[in-house]
Amino acid sequence: MDDSEAPSLPERPRLAPGVRLHFDSTRNAWVLLGPERVIETEGPAHEILRRCDGSRTVPQIIDELAALYAADRAEIAGDVADMLLELVAKRMLAG
Amino acid sequence: MTIPATHADVPAPLGLLAELTHRCPLACPYCSNPLALESRTDELDTATWTRVFHEAAALGVLQVHLSGGEPASRRDLIQIVAAAHDAGLYTNLITSAVGLDVARLTRLKESGLDHVQVSLQDVDAASADHIAGYPGAHTRKLAFARSVVELELALTVNAVIHRANVDRVPAFVELAASLGAGRVEIAHTQYYGWALRNRAALMPTRAQVHQAMQDVETIRPRYAGRLAIDLVVPDYYARRPKACVGGWARRSLNVTPSGRVLPCHAAETIPGLEFWSVRDRSLRTIWTESPAFQAFRGTDWMVEPCRSCALREVDFGGCRCQALAIAGNAAFADPACELSPHHARMLELAEQESSDAEISYAYRGRHAASNVTATPAR
Repeated sequence: MDDSEAPSLPERPRLAPGVRLHFDSTRNAWVLLGPERVIETEGPAHEILRRCDGSRTVPQIIDELAALYAADRAEIAGDVADMLLELVAKRMLAG
Repeated sequence: MTIPATHADVPAPLGLLAELTHRCPLACPYCSNPLALESRTDELDTATWTRVFHEAAALGVLQVHLSGGEPASRRDLIQIVAAAHDAGLYTNLITSAVGLDVARLTRLKESGLDHVQVSLQDVDAASADHIAGYPGAHTRKLAFARSVVELELALTVNAVIHRANVDRVPAFVELAASLGAGRVEIAHTQYYGWALRNRAALMPTRAQVHQAMQDVETIRPRYAGRLAIDLVVPDYYARRPKACVGGWARRSLNVTPSGRVLPCHAAETIPGLEFWSVRDRSLRTIWTESPAFQAFRGTDWMVEPCRSCALREVDFGGCRCQALAIAGNAAFADPACELSPHHARMLELAEQESSDAEISYAYRGRHAASNVTATPAR
């Protein structure tokens, strides 16, 4: 891996090795589980994360979310990009 | 059985440390397991561990950390991983990598293993093998770590830091990155169990600790997005205590090889606590009702300066075992806190013990006469 590479969005994002989405029935919440990490997801986050399976492109994920929530695509696009970039920085997302 | 009303608000634990065995091929002087280890004949069987995992998941546990000793010393490790996975738990294998090969690792992955943590003792083979008390260990660990990554399993490198390697923290991080780890744990030695016996040989100087902490922050941006660097902070030169295990009986629990359930790894050092066993009771009953868990749960047990402290629900008074070891009472403030009347004593101990340039370890299970004395490479 190139040392100078700045974190960027993978073309077809998927959860990094050792990271998985899990429904926590005790706390009634979707959580992202990783090495020594438990991240509780909020709102539509799990709908984004479940689509990070390595088969969909980021624009496809945005399309599906916009359709699912009947929401403005531009707004959804910003939210999706922000969340995915944050997960790339935490090394919980791979391409 | 009914749960008393006072227990209704007991939070559910997130993590279970399953100490599968105390057997280990290595003899690391910083081992935090107790001085007296539990024997193989007392270890829980596969069926009992399977029940424990299902009870843990039902209780709210999300992650299980399979530890030891060396978990690979158990012949049924694959069945154990499969059982934990079937229970719905995120499975983390904490291993020395000695005693595991690629074939077994492949089967562990197929059984649902999520993550592997490999310990390294140093970046230099001769020093690493000397610390582990096991010739050839380092080379095997590196090869194994590469296999973990090749199998597309998530890898964490764990580096326990002490006087002999404290000057090489950046090199540890770089080694972890070169192995393809996603995470590295820079864990300053916690002085419990066997490590407490070796404290004088392990304690770094204040200047070394300060430099090591600064080094991590300097290099952290360089690894952003490709390697997470987690710190277990050193206590003896601290100003504030760590929230040990996230607060007593609040987030996690330990099951020892024989089935005793502990609020923390070193809890058995505290006299007078009554521990219950998974052989006799369900994990839920133990978590909510056992005397050892109730002893320091919440804040009612606190004395000053903790009792009226604004941070009492931030750090929960620090570590009970350290309060006992240094201040002489498990209900006192962790002396790592500068508000503790025993803080100066702790600092003095560290400064005194770290001033000796010679490093001579007591290795578990070996006679003192066979110890090799070495001065740290600088």
